[in-house]
Amino acid sequence: MTFIYPVDSNKAHPLPLSPEYKSSIKRAPNKPLIPMRHTLSELTGPVYGHETVREGDNDLTHQHAGEPLGERIIVHGHVRDEDGRGVPNSLVEIWQANSCGRYVHVRDQHPAPLDPNFTGAGRTQSDASGYYRFVTIKPGAYPWGNHHNAWRPAHIHLSVFGHSFVTRLVTQMYFPNDPLFPFDPIFNSVPDEKARARMVSSFDLENTQPEWALCYRFDIVLRGKNATPMETK
Amino acid sequence: MQDNEKDNGITPSQTVGPFFKYGLTPNGEYAWNDAFTNSTLTPDVSGDRVRIEGRVFDGDGVAVPDCMLEIWQADAQGRFADPQDKRALPNASFRGFARCGTDKDGHYSFETIKPGVVPDPDGKPQAPHILLAVFGRGMLRHLYTRIYFSDEAGNAADPVLAVVPTERRATLIAVREAGKLVYRLDLRLQGEDETVFFDV
Repeated sequence: MTFIYPVDSNKAHPLPLSPEYKSSIKRAPNKPLIPMRHTLSELTGPVYGHETVREGDNDLTHQHAGEPLGERIIVHGHVRDEDGRGVPNSLVEIWQANSCGRYVHVRDQHPAPLDPNFTGAGRTQSDASGYYRFVTIKPGAYPWGNHHNAWRPAHIHLSVFGHSFVTRLVTQMYFPNDPLFPFDPIFNSVPDEKARARMVSSFDLENTQPEWALCYRFDIVLRGKNATPMETK
Repeated sequence: MQDNEKDNGITPSQTVGPFFKYGLTPNGEYAWNDAFTNSTLTPDVSGDRVRIEGRVFDGDGVAVPDCMLEIWQADAQGRFADPQDKRALPNASFRGFARCGTDKDGHYSFETIKPGVVPDPDGKPQAPHILLAVFGRGMLRHLYTRIYFSDEAGNAADPVLAVVPTERRATLIAVREAGKLVYRLDLRLQGEDETVFFDV
């Protein structure tokens, strides 16, 4: 199958400059992006070996001697393309704060405890149907210095590859009904309401495991359409 | 019914933020292993081994210590390690992908091989180049640019450089250090000598 990547689909993304998000002010290009045709360089992308993902890398609750504190959760879904087709063998990497909203990163020094049993990093590869699954704990909200009383809604960072280098996506998965949404300039940097909703996971009772873990579903839609769609009518 | 059965738009980008290092570029400093390093080199790879290095600056000329850079490139024969490149099998273990976080002074470096010539959509040769994606705190979506090489005569006829205004082309061309296979390219996210970024 030959894929095409219409640049129009990029309208779902935030603009580089989103002044409410202060860090974007000096890091967004002033000059317009230059259009060009996709060549083989843009249309191809990395393929990973089996050594990239080790068994257990998708379970963030079993990386240390004990179990991390917090609400254990399952996060799962499909990586799909713009035609709704599953994207197989796509690398999905995640990183997140612990249940208190603290990252292990040395630059996160806000007064919440680290958890010796939680690093907060994981990775997996989507299967033949595009399905992926992680076990982790629900991250906490945390304060940041963007403006007075600024708090990030709880989120999990995701990094996804897909069919080509231009399908590369780094995003954040949020949790349903977070009261911090209206106040978060990063969430609201996505101009379209429907597009913002695509960053919010849904509670999945059907796949919640009794006595063990709540489940959230998060489908990730990457760029890419079939260049020669089948005529069905 | 899944939400995206009603709405098949793509998932929007969000910033990589300031705290990605322990997950994406741990480099021995955190309790997590690296999926990728700043090198594409494999024992079987052929071609000229080169180092590409530089610094990343913001609109005030201040070094950016929390960028992540990723490269994607062909092998020395111009073939991509991707089944979508139908022409030929590349060096068996060469993948053509690498990742690097900037340090506290905004430095990055990649160890790789100089790629070969890759055709454009009309079959015309492109000068050797590497795709570069730039992620960082304050960047709501990554930016795409290209790295060309100052010692390549083919730059003059490259169809992508040709769409870039003449006075801005230098921002895409890594400059070879005298006598070494080391190339230098600084990235400027904003301002007078702003790096050319592509709408791809």
